[in-house]
Amino acid sequence: MKANCWIAPNRVAVEDVPDPQILNPRDAVVRVTSSAICGSDLHLLDGFIPAMKRGDILGHEFMGEIVELGQSARDGLRVGDRVVVGFPIACGDCISCQNGLYSVCENSNPNAAIAELAMGHSPAGIFGYSHLMGGYAGGQAQYVRVPYADVGALKIEDDLPDEKVLFLSDVLPTGYMAAEQCDIKPGDTVAIWGAGPVGQLATVSAYLLGAGRVIVIDRYPYRLRMARDKAGAETINYEETDVLDTLREMTAGRGPDACIDAVGMEGHHASAALHAYDRAKQAVKVETDRPHALREAILSCRNGGTIMAIGAYGGFIDKFPMGSFMNRSLTMRSGQAHVQRYMRPLLERIRRGEIDPSFIITHTLRLHDTPQGYDIFKNKQEDCVKVILKP
Amino acid sequence: MGVRSVTDTLGIERAAQDRGSEGLARLLGWVSLGLGVTALAGGSRVAQACGVDDSRTARMVLRAAGARELGHAAALLIPRRAGLAGWTRVAGDVLDLAATGQAMRNRRGERRRRLAYTMAALAGITAVDLYASIRATQRRRVYDGGRAYGSVTVNRTPEETYNFWHDFENLPRFMYHLESVRRTDPRRSRWTAKAPAGRSVQWEAEIIEDRPNQLIRWRSVDGARVPNGGSVRFMPAAGNRGTEVRIELEYSVPGRAMGRLAARAFGENPQQQICDDLRRFKQVIETGEIARSDGMPDGTSVRAQARQRPARPLARIA
Ligand SMILES: NC(=O)c1ccc[n+]([C@@H]2O[C@H](COP(=O)([O-])OP(=O)(O)OC[C@H]3O[C@@H](n4cnc5c(N)ncnc54)[C@H](O)[C@@H]3O)[C@@H](O)[C@H]2O)c1
Ligand SMILES: [Zn+2]
Ligand SMILES: [Zn+2]
Repeated sequence: MKANCWIAPNRVAVEDVPDPQILNPRDAVVRVTSSAICGSDLHLLDGFIPAMKRGDILGHEFMGEIVELGQSARDGLRVGDRVVVGFPIACGDCISCQNGLYSVCENSNPNAAIAELAMGHSPAGIFGYSHLMGGYAGGQAQYVRVPYADVGALKIEDDLPDEKVLFLSDVLPTGYMAAEQCDIKPGDTVAIWGAGPVGQLATVSAYLLGAGRVIVIDRYPYRLRMARDKAGAETINYEETDVLDTLREMTAGRGPDACIDAVGMEGHHASAALHAYDRAKQAVKVETDRPHALREAILSCRNGGTIMAIGAYGGFIDKFPMGSFMNRSLTMRSGQAHVQRYMRPLLERIRRGEIDPSFIITHTLRLHDTPQGYDIFKNKQEDCVKVILKP
Repeated sequence: MGVRSVTDTLGIERAAQDRGSEGLARLLGWVSLGLGVTALAGGSRVAQACGVDDSRTARMVLRAAGARELGHAAALLIPRRAGLAGWTRVAGDVLDLAATGQAMRNRRGERRRRLAYTMAALAGITAVDLYASIRATQRRRVYDGGRAYGSVTVNRTPEETYNFWHDFENLPRFMYHLESVRRTDPRRSRWTAKAPAGRSVQWEAEIIEDRPNQLIRWRSVDGARVPNGGSVRFMPAAGNRGTEVRIELEYSVPGRAMGRLAARAFGENPQQQICDDLRRFKQVIETGEIARSDGMPDGTSVRAQARQRPARPLARIA
């Protein structure tokens, strides 16, 4: 089959690889009908997540049709079923899974020992997301093996098009969880850093959960336009104004009730000097992540408010404003999305027409052209927000 | 210094783990990291403080020492290696003392005074490194003697967990060094382990203590080539968190070469092996299968981790 593989930092290529096979009784093999490129893939592309190997198949947002099933996955699933697959690989049987914390499943990472060295304890395995997260082949491919298919694969019985349900695999539950973890009260103001797919869907979700105002911060006018026109946000271009001042002004001095960092480890800073400072430290690995948005989110938040760090981080950050965080009684939450917890309820909402995440799609490419898709998405060319891939 | 023995709640005597030496190794690791970064990044100021800012060679030596410190830091901060890594620091200290002594020989006045301070500081560091290394090495000996412990929490009741373990025929499903275990009568079983070079070692084991849902102890019967035994305990984890499983394995390494070879069937690093076994045990008892990825098709194994395959499917074996 064909699959998009990581070759070296800033290089991916579509290669011929063997077809996947069933390795365990609860596995399924899925023929992919649609997949996507995620902001997290850019961190892998840029080489900021350690433990990538030449030839690793990327991709953790995908859906398709089941073509093969292991013996014990046959209870709820059948060959021929149309399914969306959540990106965290989760067993459903451990205590974390049973508490709904699927992205920290205790069993799915065969490389848990390396992850423990790096992080203290191991998170779940993730499709196409480095060997630190298990070394699983991803879904930017014609076929993919899905472990614990009875937990990870959600059957789609309606004739909803792929475009409407594909994002149940990642960015919709991710954006939703970002908003949900802010404990939004009616009338709350939520500020969101990053107008990428995650920021856009967090905006929609925050309104669904009762936010009075959502303010989105980015520097790309076309992304901010989408946040305004499609998601109903107010916007701040951080290259034009000072974010902290503007937020203070917009909230009459209080600051937003909740702040979501939907940027992650490759944040950019309007001040060229500060950006260069973190960029340089990241290059020599003194600091692995560039937390501009996170720092700003902490300083901006109202006293007693909540920070939700949904953007991905890989290692260590520098100049964490601990004084502001501690003295002002802030709360911080985080996590890879517990996708399996949100898939069903969000599918319901899609069915009822309450959410249609397909508005973020700006590009539909062939699997064959995936490397070009990475390029367009990474460099924000052609007003790109989200690339989906068809075999 | 170092290793003590304790008797636990179930009356099993065992060597206490020497946590102190681990902590010390870690601390030294961070010190190395700090020194390394300082020597590399703050080159000229450091040279000045040590009194060798007048020589290019000395500055180069200083930078090399900085790079070396980063190596120590890496080694010391990876816990399972820390025991030996301490000795690399001691070796480094000796080099530094020699280099400083050399530098002192041809300097006078303020520079010489600063070098003397550097020398005194180095001597102090050497003493601490020496102490930490001796202590860590002693700790290792306990493991080399063929004892290993491990613990894990599983989302099953003590009863389910006990029953699963009590059927020793289940053990090879997650203990990869075992080829098979066959029950010969209710208390006895025949174990076959893989030994190096495609061989195998066999022995007969009997259960010597059996407290339902709490504890199983077993040992090889007389005449086993590698006398060995073990215990596993099950305790409910507070607040419906499942069962805490604590396992302890022990074997004696006989003097004869053949016996030593056979002992390798218990793994080159039994401590690491037991961690892998327990991870797989948890996977099997909770999910019914071993977690396999494309990079690690055989499942969790610290030894295999370094050599893992790319995350893409294996060619189909016809
Ligand atoms: N927690 C999870 O489960 C999860 C799931 C999916 C994605 N993510 C992470 O979420 C983040 C966003 O993903 P995406 O797909 O939307 O990516 P994206 O790259 O399309 O979007 C990131 C946006 O942040 C903007 N940005 C950069 N620096 C900024 C700053 N200082 N202030 C404000 N905006 C800034 C960029 O201009 C860009 O528009 C990534 O880090 C990704 O890894 C996390
Ligand atoms: Zn993603
Ligand atoms: Zn789990």
